[in-house]
Amino acid sequence: MADFLLAAAGFVLATVALGLVRILRGPGDADRIMAAQLLGTGGIAALVLLAEANGVPAAVDVALVLALLAAFVSVAFVESVARSTADRT
Amino acid sequence: MNLVFDVLTVLAVCAGAFFFLAGTIGLLRFPDALSRLHALTKADNLGLGLIVLGLLFQAEELFVALKLIGVWLLGLLAAATVTQLIARAIQPAGLRD
Repeated sequence: MADFLLAAAGFVLATVALGLVRILRGPGDADRIMAAQLLGTGGIAALVLLAEANGVPAAVDVALVLALLAAFVSVAFVESVARSTADRT
Repeated sequence: MNLVFDVLTVLAVCAGAFFFLAGTIGLLRFPDALSRLHALTKADNLGLGLIVLGLLFQAEELFVALKLIGVWLLGLLAAATVTQLIARAIQPAGLRD
């Protein structure tokens, strides 16, 4: 079972890495922040899988913190977009 | 009984990994930012939910199971909020009310 869960974690990380191509290609800042959001969700999934596969329960706590903090990246992004459009008008 | 739980775990984690793949393909292939947002946030959180569901069958203590569910609920809450915020920020000016 541990081998299967490790393989699943690797697969999820590989799809996330593929999704990061969107950061290179853009075109907009929003697309780039979406790829970062994907990295957050995929990171959480990989962490809970690794916690079970390696028997490291503390990794679930790391996943919990990552789930909490990943949202703030996008909130900061939206805040900066709102500020720059308010400056222009 | 253990075998049944193992089979359920494999099925749910495989389904979750498939939805992660679907989310990534959507992010790379969809034509505009709003549809990419739609593909990404829904598919990924379904994938995370299925992976958590699969791991619940392996959890030995109630506390660990509750924590896993907490991770998923927090992820869902964050994704729902952030999706609305990003969609509002990138909305074409003509659609604004």
